[in-house]
Amino acid sequence: MRRIPRDDAPQVRMEFEGQALLAYTGDTVAAALLAGNHWNFRTTPVSGAIRGPFCMMGVCFDCLVEIDGVANRQACMIEVREGMRVKRQLGASDIGADLFTDGEQETPP
Amino acid sequence: MKDHYDIVVVGAGPAGMAAATVAAEHGVGVLLLDEQPVAGGQIYRDVGRQTLDDRNILGPDYYEGRELVSALQASGAEHVTGATVWQLSPQREIGVSKDGIARLLSADQVILATGAQERPFPVPGWTLAGVMTAGGAQVLLKSAALAEPDAVFAGTGPLLYLVANQYVKAGIPIRAILDTTPRANRLRALPHLPAALMSMGALLKGRRWMAELRAAGIPFIKHVEDLKLLGTDALSGVEYRRRDRWRRLDTTRIFLHQGIVPNVNLAMAAGCAHRWSDAQLCWHAVTDAWAETDVPGIAIAGDGAGIDGAIAAECLGRIAAYGALQRCARLDARERDRLAAPQRRTLSEERRIRPFLDAMFRPSRRFRLPEDDATIVCRCEEVPAARVVESVALGCVGPNQLKAFSRCGMGPCQGRLCGLTISEMIARQRGVPVAEVGALRLRPPVKPLMLAELAALATAPESIPGRD
Amino acid sequence: MASGTHTADAIVIGGGLHGCATALHLARAGLAAIVVEKDSVGRHASSANAGGVRRLGRALPEIPLAVAALASWHQIRDLVDDDCGFASSSQVKVAETESELQALRQRRDTVLDLGFKHEEIIDQAQLRELVPAIAPHCVGGMAVHGDGHANPFLTVQAFKRKALALGVRFLEGTPVEALQKLGETWQVRSARGGLEAPILVNCAGAWGGHIAAMLGEHAPVEAQALMLMITARVKPFVKPVVGAQGRMLSFKQFDNGTVLIGGGHQGRAEPESNGTHLNFKGLAASAITAAALFPSLRGVQIVRCWAGIEGQMPDRIPVIGASAAKGAYHAFGFSGHGFALGPIVGRIIADLVVKGDTDLPIEAFDIGRF
Repeated sequence: MRRIPRDDAPQVRMEFEGQALLAYTGDTVAAALLAGNHWNFRTTPVSGAIRGPFCMMGVCFDCLVEIDGVANRQACMIEVREGMRVKRQLGASDIGADLFTDGEQETPP
Repeated sequence: MKDHYDIVVVGAGPAGMAAATVAAEHGVGVLLLDEQPVAGGQIYRDVGRQTLDDRNILGPDYYEGRELVSALQASGAEHVTGATVWQLSPQREIGVSKDGIARLLSADQVILATGAQERPFPVPGWTLAGVMTAGGAQVLLKSAALAEPDAVFAGTGPLLYLVANQYVKAGIPIRAILDTTPRANRLRALPHLPAALMSMGALLKGRRWMAELRAAGIPFIKHVEDLKLLGTDALSGVEYRRRDRWRRLDTTRIFLHQGIVPNVNLAMAAGCAHRWSDAQLCWHAVTDAWAETDVPGIAIAGDGAGIDGAIAAECLGRIAAYGALQRCARLDARERDRLAAPQRRTLSEERRIRPFLDAMFRPSRRFRLPEDDATIVCRCEEVPAARVVESVALGCVGPNQLKAFSRCGMGPCQGRLCGLTISEMIARQRGVPVAEVGALRLRPPVKPLMLAELAALATAPESIPGRD
Repeated sequence: MASGTHTADAIVIGGGLHGCATALHLARAGLAAIVVEKDSVGRHASSANAGGVRRLGRALPEIPLAVAALASWHQIRDLVDDDCGFASSSQVKVAETESELQALRQRRDTVLDLGFKHEEIIDQAQLRELVPAIAPHCVGGMAVHGDGHANPFLTVQAFKRKALALGVRFLEGTPVEALQKLGETWQVRSARGGLEAPILVNCAGAWGGHIAAMLGEHAPVEAQALMLMITARVKPFVKPVVGAQGRMLSFKQFDNGTVLIGGGHQGRAEPESNGTHLNFKGLAASAITAAALFPSLRGVQIVRCWAGIEGQMPDRIPVIGASAAKGAYHAFGFSGHGFALGPIVGRIIADLVVKGDTDLPIEAFDIGRF
């Protein structure tokens, strides 16, 4: 994707799949990923098919990714934040590898 | 947010902004709820904070939206952003989430202005990564100044040509435009041309778009009758057929579009009656002259009720607000009628071209009712057309039974991308009108809720005491 | 759309699971049965319930029926040529405190005294092994191995299909308007014509009270709307069906990964219009319970909520048995836990019709108790 000339926007440093990703304030996570040439966001729980964003307006639910440890987030509806860690969602969401929690839970962003 | 408002408006597009502004200007307690971080809806997305250097790219119609945004801000209406409305009960109890916490509030009058979404475009391969909608391309342009060079645009309808135009103005090359407008539509649209000619400005605008696309030298293939999107893990090409010849284009990016349809999920879940519009091939809310539905106190304005465009949406938003104000006893009927009159005039003018557009860009049956067995109908649950046909053959008479048999409509999008397709497919197979088949029975939450979010509802402040 | 009279050996009013199962068993006994259903087969409680198949925690009079029903579920293919999505995944009722565990022990003892050994007490280690994702504060519970769950929609459709194959006729979209007895024959009037048979069975669920009243009997059944919610697909993390001693919870994960959360919080039913209204404060309470017992589930998405219309009796046990009116029988009012009993109640009614008696104890369910 190409950025069309516009006023300067503050940069946002974030991560996708553990790699640094540069984005700008006001980008949605989906826009930031597409700008970084990442078009496949997840694999489906039913068949493992690769999916990416489709409608960009919160209607299709195909842009689901894991953001800061929380699954099933619509990338096109969430704006980037400094330090955000985004991962692909592979299949059905995982409720967490550690099934024996000590009761401390991070609240979803 | 308070527990109770006189008027709650859902959706901050043109209809919602106009309605909330009018309500606030008349001094009622009004709340405007919208999912986006800023006002504008889709058509005026990010208009209040648009930073593209070249204002010609998005065009003057877009920037007119700034007036609505300024008026909203000046009116003092309470506007809560990042708010997802997941419930509207017939008694006007509203379930809304913000920042991961769900809460309930109530209103005397509700105006739904949830706008439109794109019509599904179920062709083989439409679920491949690399396939997006033209509307999605426009969102990227408006909200992130991003554009994809060398993409193919495919489909029909004014938005397709508008986005392609915006790309041309931005200097972004387009690989090709595959226009699926059926040949027969010209004849179909002809009877509506006289009325459309009264909206000469709009017609000329459309012709200008086409001329500019041609001048840009983009391969423009008309009357495409069939499409297949190819690829295994991602899009690698598109095959298209004109008359009897199939051709292929290599591409990894395609933007699809075949019109927009009302976003009906919240209204249907609230119990508002809808009727099938054959002219627009979608569900229209049944509303009166004040945009009020058959559920007292719930009105629907803008493209969420039926597609009429942005200016019409503004007018309907104001009309709905005047109606709501009169029902709240803030306006008497005469004053209400007087204020609404100019809005009605503009609304009539805006509607004149609509039958022509509806006919001219009516998508073909093949692109609404997939013929290829393997084409995915329900994207969320990956249900192919064959399974829909099989379920109807086994006795499913409507979308709700089909849902139970096949899982169509059981995914997170809650039928938004398969609902129209399955209603039409069932109707055709059974040989009955779509109106008889009906729509998916929708209920809240109309957007998925996180368990923790819902749990937080229990500790949220109580709704008005004494309510059941 | 025939208007005219349908004659049969038996008329079953209500096409839910109990109506279909009754018709099926009557057909197996050689009777020509006709099911008359006001909406569509399985439209109400039968497809909206949580699909639990259990002996665990049953009201004492229901235990012998539940035990017989479970045996039937384990061979359900023999009955309806379909596995109905039945999974013998076990049922577990969790105790969060010592006193809850003690209450479960007392319950186990009571049931043991009645001659039933299926309810076992499990300690914390055993609970963790059965349900690894359970919150660490839980101290133990009660388990019934061999219990499990099935798919309500698939089940009622399977029973209907098998009944059809055995010659049962179904009249859907056909409310019963009136009925009377003429000699030995029941005459039922409906919009699709009259029906006549010497045997009449009331399987009308939440509407069973209306039919009972037509027979001159009083059955204070109330329409209730038990709310359920289902999540997006989650990777498999729990096998048994989980309930809780101290809270309202019914929790299970299907093969497709979705998790069904219920537990008895009520919405509002409108039986005249087939409408139900959800009460989100009640659903929030279910969510709190689910999150408290399965903390790692807090981030899971609820994709859909619903409630079906079920018939509830004041003492929370159904009406099963012969009517005071000769040739009529009742099987309704299962109070939110009738799904598992479907296969067996159908057999009981057929026994009563054909033999005049049944081997299972049903006195507690007699309509005369009201």
